[in-house]
Amino acid sequence: MEGKKRRQKILIVDDNEMNRSILMDMLGDEYTVIEAVNGLHAVNELQKQASDIDLVMLDLVMPEMDGLEVLAVMNQRRWIESIPVIMISAESTSDRIKKALEMGVTDFIGRPFDDRIVRRRVLNTLLSSAKQAQLESLVAEQMYEKEQNSLLMIDILSHIVEFRNGESGLHVIHVRRLTEVLLERLAVKDPSYDLNRETISLISEASALHDIGKIAIDEKILNKPGRLTDEEFKIMKTHSMVGAQMLGGLAVHQGEPLVKIAYEICRWHHERWDGRGYPDGLRGTEIPIAAQVVAMADVYDALTSERVYKAAFSHEQAIQMITGGECGSFNPQLLECLGEAADTLQEQLSGKGEERKPQFELSSIVEKMSQHTELSASNRTLRLLEHERMKYSFFAAMSKEIQFEYTMSPAMVSLNAWGARSLGLDEIVKEPLSDPRVQAFLDNGLEEKIHAALYSTTPDSPTVSLEGKMNHGGTMKWYRFVMQSLWSEDEPPKLRGVIGKAVDIHSSRSYLENLERRASLDGLTGLLNLTSAQKQAEARLRDNPAENYALAFFDCDFFKQANNTYGHLFGNNLLIHIAEKLQKTTRVGDIVSRVGGDEYVVFFQYNQELEPIIHRIHSALQGENFDGFTISLSMGVATTEQMGPDFTAMMQAADKALYAVKQAGRGQYKFYDGSETSLTDAKGASVYTNQSEIIEFE
Amino acid sequence: MTLQECYTQLEGDYQDVTSRLPSEKFIQKFVLKFLDDKTIGLLKDSWAAEDYGEAFRAAHTIKGMCQNLSFTRLGSSSSQLTEALRGGVTPEAQELYPQVLEDYEKTAAAISAYKEGL
Repeated sequence: MEGKKRRQKILIVDDNEMNRSILMDMLGDEYTVIEAVNGLHAVNELQKQASDIDLVMLDLVMPEMDGLEVLAVMNQRRWIESIPVIMISAESTSDRIKKALEMGVTDFIGRPFDDRIVRRRVLNTLLSSAKQAQLESLVAEQMYEKEQNSLLMIDILSHIVEFRNGESGLHVIHVRRLTEVLLERLAVKDPSYDLNRETISLISEASALHDIGKIAIDEKILNKPGRLTDEEFKIMKTHSMVGAQMLGGLAVHQGEPLVKIAYEICRWHHERWDGRGYPDGLRGTEIPIAAQVVAMADVYDALTSERVYKAAFSHEQAIQMITGGECGSFNPQLLECLGEAADTLQEQLSGKGEERKPQFELSSIVEKMSQHTELSASNRTLRLLEHERMKYSFFAAMSKEIQFEYTMSPAMVSLNAWGARSLGLDEIVKEPLSDPRVQAFLDNGLEEKIHAALYSTTPDSPTVSLEGKMNHGGTMKWYRFVMQSLWSEDEPPKLRGVIGKAVDIHSSRSYLENLERRASLDGLTGLLNLTSAQKQAEARLRDNPAENYALAFFDCDFFKQANNTYGHLFGNNLLIHIAEKLQKTTRVGDIVSRVGGDEYVVFFQYNQELEPIIHRIHSALQGENFDGFTISLSMGVATTEQMGPDFTAMMQAADKALYAVKQAGRGQYKFYDGSETSLTDAKGASVYTNQSEIIEFE
Repeated sequence: MTLQECYTQLEGDYQDVTSRLPSEKFIQKFVLKFLDDKTIGLLKDSWAAEDYGEAFRAAHTIKGMCQNLSFTRLGSSSSQLTEALRGGVTPEAQELYPQVLEDYEKTAAAISAYKEGL
C-alpha cells in the first residue's frame, strides 16, 4: 500500500476510434490508458502484460474477435480472476449482456457515456478489486494473528491457575510436552486412534487448560501444605467438573474443536482406566483418549515436581509408581507408551520442550487461505507465471522451436515470439484454419496429417509426434511435431485443442532424402533407374488410366564396338551424351530412364499425333557424329492405346518392336503392331529383366 | 453558429450532452471528430457489397457514436437499422437504409457549417 503510488492501467477495447478517444479523455488524467482496436489486439496486450493491467473496458461488437470471445479467452487463461472487466457496448440485447455477465463481467456502462458515471464506475471497480486482493491478505494475516492470540489466551489463563496454585508455571508446559510425546507414540502404536499431526497438537494445546476449574477452589485448600481432609478433598475434586462447566458455558466458540477437547480434558482428566476415578467414574475406552493422556502426563509431572505437600520424586521412581498402579490404573497401551518414552522423557522435558510448532486448525485455515489465493491467481502468481513464460520462450528461441497452442473454441492459435517471427505470423491468429496465411503452411497434406495424429490421442495418452513437410518461405522443409492434445473435463471428454512444438529437422531429413533420391538414380547419367521409372510410370497410369501414354525403348547400335574401339571412357561419355540429349528433347514431366547398358526408356503422355514426337526424339540423336562415332538408335514404341495402362506389357511390346528394328537393319524406330517375334521367343531368355543387368544384343 | 445551434440543426439534444460530458470544449472536439469518422463509408461499402454482417457492425458503431454525442435523429434511424440488420438483411432494413444516409448528410452538413463559422 505504501510507497510511490503506481498509476493504475486500463485497457480500452473498442473498434471505434471515437469511443476510445472519449474514454481516454475522461480517464487519461487519472490512469494510464492503453487501447486495443479489436478483441484479438486486446488478447495480445493481455498476453504481454496481464499482470500490469488493472481493468479492461470491453466493447462487445467488434471485427476480428468480439467481446464475448475475449471473455472466453480471459476465462480460459484465468485472467478474469484478477482483472475486472467493464462492458462498454452500445449493445442493448439482454441475452448478450447476460452472457457477458455470466462470463465474469463486473459492471456495465451503457451508452451514452456520462463523464461522472464513467469515472465513478471505473473507480468503484478498481477499488473493489483492490479491496478484494487486500482482504485476501488481511484475512490470512488475521487468521494467523488469531492463532497467536488464542495461544496467548491459553497461556495466560493456565498461568493464572498455576499462580494461584503456587506452581511454577512449568507444569502446564510439561503436561503439554508430555501429552505430545505420549500421543506421538500412541499414534504409531495404534492407528485406530486416528491421531494425525493436527489432532495431536490440538490435544496438546488444550491440555494446558486441564486445571482451569481450580480457579473456583479456595486458595487455602489449593495450597494446603498437609494432607487434605475428606471434606477438603471433596471440594478439590470439584475442579474437574467446574472447569468443564466453564468451557461448556462459553457463549461462543462452542463448535470449535479446541473447546470440545478442552472440555473432555477438564472433566475427565481424573478418571481412571478401572472406573475408580472422578467425577463420572468412566472406565476404559469410555474415557476420551485426550483425557486419558493428559491424566497420565498430569500425574507424572505432579510426581516429579516439588509441591507444598510433597517433595519431588525422581524420574525413575515416578515411572515405577505409575506403572505399578500407585496413582490409579491407566490404559495398558498408554503405559507401554510411557515405558518406551521413559528413557528420553527427561531430556525432552528439560530441553526444548517448550518450543512451539504451528498450531492446530487455525494453521490449516491459513494454509487453505494461501492455497485459495494461489487458485485465484494473485498478481504475484501471474508475475511468476510471466517469468516462467519468459524463461521458456527464451529457451525456445535459443533452440529454434516453434511453439503453439491451439484452442478450438474460440478457434485461435497462439505462437511463441520466435515461432511467430520465423513463420511471419502474428503471435495470435484467430480462426487459423480459415486464415490463408496459416493455411499456406498446412498445405500439401500437413493439416490432414496433424488432424489424424491428434484424433488418434486420448486423454490418457495425449502426446503424439509426427514428421511432416511444411511450406516455409516457399520451400518445403521437414519439421518434427510433438503435440499434446487438451481435453475438456466433460464426460466423455472432448478435444479442446492442442499444445505443441515444431522443430526444424530439415537438414537431417534432407540428408536421408538425398540418399533415397540417389538410390533411385542411375549413377552414371543421373537419369532415373528402371525401378524408379517403373514406379513413377505406374503411379501415373494408376492416377490417370484414361490418358494416352507412350513408351519408347531404344538402344544405341554398335555400342559395344565403340566401347571396344574407343575405350570405356569414351563409352561412358557417349552414354552421358545420349542422356543429356534425351533430357533436352523431352518435356520436364516425361520419365526418362537408363535401363542399363546402352538401353534407354522414355515414357510420356501425349495428346496429339504420336509419330512426330517419336520422330523428334529419334532424329535428335540419329546420325549425330560423336567424336568420330556416328550415333544410331534402334527404337521400339508401344502405347497404352494398344496395351492398356500396363507398364510391363508396354515394355514387352516395345521390346518386341525394338527387336524387329534390329532384325530389319537398325537405325530406325517402329511402332509395335503385334506382328513382331520377340527376342525372348527367338532366344528363349528374357531381355527385359532389370536395370542392373547389361543386356547385349551383339 | 454556436454549438447549441448546430445541435438544433442536426436535431440533437444539446441539454443532454452538456449534462453528461465534462465541457463544451470536450463536446466540440468530438462533434468535429464525427466528420472524420470513416464508419459511414464502411456502411455504404458493405451495403454495396451486400455484406450485411459488416453493415450491421457499421450501423451499430454509428448508433453508439450518436448516443455518446446525443445526435438524436441519426441515432434513432441508425439504431432502427441496427436492429433490422441483426439477423441479416430484411425488407425493413432496405427501407431504413436511405433514411440513415439522409440523416447522416443532414448531421454532417450541420457540423460542417458550424466548423466553418469557427
